[in-house]
Amino acid sequence: MTSETSNVAKPDMIEFKDVHKYYGDYHALRGITATIRAGEFFSLLGPSGCGKTTLLRTIAGFEGISSGVVLIDGKDAAKIPANQRPTNMVFQSYAIFPHLTVEENVGFGLRKDPRSKDDKAKAVAEALAMVGLAGYGKRAAHALSGGQRQRVALARALILKPKVLLLDEPLSALDKKMREQMQVELIRLQRQVGITFILVTHDQEEALVMSDRIAVMFEGQIAQLDDPETLYRRPKSRTVANFIGTMNFLPAKILSESGGKVDVESQGFGRLTLDAEAQVTGEPTATGASIGFRPETLTLLFDGQTAPDRESMATVDEVVYYGDMTYYDVRIDGTEQPMRLSMRNVFGRPVLDIGTRTRVGWSPGALVLFR
Amino acid sequence: MRISGLKLYAIVFLIFLYAPIVLLPMFAFNNSTVVSFPLKGFTTQWFQNVWNDADLWQAVRNSLLVACTSSVLATSFAIFAARASTRYNFPGKGGLMGLIMLPMVLPDMIMAMALLVVLLGLGVQLSLVTVIMGHILICTPFAVAILSSAFQSLDKSLEEAAYDLGEGPISTFYLVILPLVTPGIISSLLISFTISLDEFVVSNFLGSKDKLLSVYIFGQLRFPKSVPTIMALGAVLVALSIVLLALAEYFRRRGIAKTGAKDTGGFL
Repeated sequence: MTSETSNVAKPDMIEFKDVHKYYGDYHALRGITATIRAGEFFSLLGPSGCGKTTLLRTIAGFEGISSGVVLIDGKDAAKIPANQRPTNMVFQSYAIFPHLTVEENVGFGLRKDPRSKDDKAKAVAEALAMVGLAGYGKRAAHALSGGQRQRVALARALILKPKVLLLDEPLSALDKKMREQMQVELIRLQRQVGITFILVTHDQEEALVMSDRIAVMFEGQIAQLDDPETLYRRPKSRTVANFIGTMNFLPAKILSESGGKVDVESQGFGRLTLDAEAQVTGEPTATGASIGFRPETLTLLFDGQTAPDRESMATVDEVVYYGDMTYYDVRIDGTEQPMRLSMRNVFGRPVLDIGTRTRVGWSPGALVLFR
Repeated sequence: MRISGLKLYAIVFLIFLYAPIVLLPMFAFNNSTVVSFPLKGFTTQWFQNVWNDADLWQAVRNSLLVACTSSVLATSFAIFAARASTRYNFPGKGGLMGLIMLPMVLPDMIMAMALLVVLLGLGVQLSLVTVIMGHILICTPFAVAILSSAFQSLDKSLEEAAYDLGEGPISTFYLVILPLVTPGIISSLLISFTISLDEFVVSNFLGSKDKLLSVYIFGQLRFPKSVPTIMALGAVLVALSIVLLALAEYFRRRGIAKTGAKDTGGFL
């Protein structure tokens, strides 16, 4: 596979232009328009049934589209059958051929390769070494563990040097330890081979850890496409905010807007002036505006500590101890529902009991206003 | 040990089921032309009769030819039907599959009579070919049932993986699908073979002067003199069946071990 045009530094690898997909009456993809750049680690994140896997399968060619255009490396994908696309896939079930050995699985795609037998065997050995399975070639594929199958699937896809590697929830079948280990390995592998990785996942943490950019999908639409930090700090809607981590919301009222500043009045926090550019987001909704903040932006203040910015009084409603962290639900004076607060546990500092009156510190700069 | 009612029932049931079969070899070695107790002396006379009976050998050859041909053809047809029904959706699929499976529950007698009337009406000479046609009709639903479950348990993403790695539909079929459904194909061949071998109604109705084994045996039972010979033949068939079944089970277990699938239970 040779790249014909490479005059742009980071060319677009995949382009969706108003892609729609219907299954009978069911509208699975509702106008997807997005660009995935060459060499980036891109994630499609969303709850099950949001269309993320369908979108991935349109790139692989297993799923046709009802209208719109999908471009792969500048070429109309509709004209390229699945078995000729410069993409390879790691399936959720790994799809390792159970009747073949590890070697035969990895070398499966080389059948039509004109290289000599020795060269192909060398390529297979290299691919296996790359995924940390050197010496496993002769084993029967069905005798492998879940993690090893995953690696065989990776080697089998990468040996063909695709322009895009598609990963369909590849880590969901692994246990937590293994999953975290594979996350790191996938990032390392992506840097090493430098090709575009597109990952489908429902695990927001996984997406945040691994991706350069994330498209959050709900009901067949992309709700937000941003880098992990922007996605976490400034989600475009309450739905996105709730899907990525935890966010607290307080009802608020917009008093006035002028000169890039927005004056709001919210429960608990009182009157605030926020930066319209950096802190205001979302479309107006029927439920009215609200102030949002992440649990870690609210801190407990112990005796002698002063708030870096503002402080309020609150009552501890619930305590959840996680070892390295403690999560508290606190009721700030003047608010109705409890707010989630997270504290890193520090040696010598007590975990508060339910019912304790405490001071909490917060900073207006860390708040986000949803219109 | 107390034997409970259900246990007793199970034991009686098994005796009732297998005692007659055990009697076959017993009388096959009995030195008497009358099949009754008490047993007399030991003889291998009846086996020699079987060995020397030219008509019997002809019937065996006919039966093997019919059973092999019908099982291979029925299984081939069933591969297409099972594949289509498990992988694709098309209008009228339910009705079509129903029609294919119908001969399984339709009385053989009705099928045999209908076929006979049609074939005679068309002026077709009755021969082994017409018997084979009837047997294919009877075997196909069983083959479809066995193969459907084999195709059903095939992970669809294996096919997609083969496409993804550059193979076309035909090479995917023989590189991935066929090897994985091979145990199912062997099962289907064996079951079809057995069904064809002991099928009587269709063989009798559509057969010509070239008699099949089942028809020949039925004909011989009219002569009391040849009953012990039939017993010997029966004993041989029982032995062969056990060997065949053991072989089928061996291949099935090997297939499972090779692909690492979960053993969901077989014949034995």
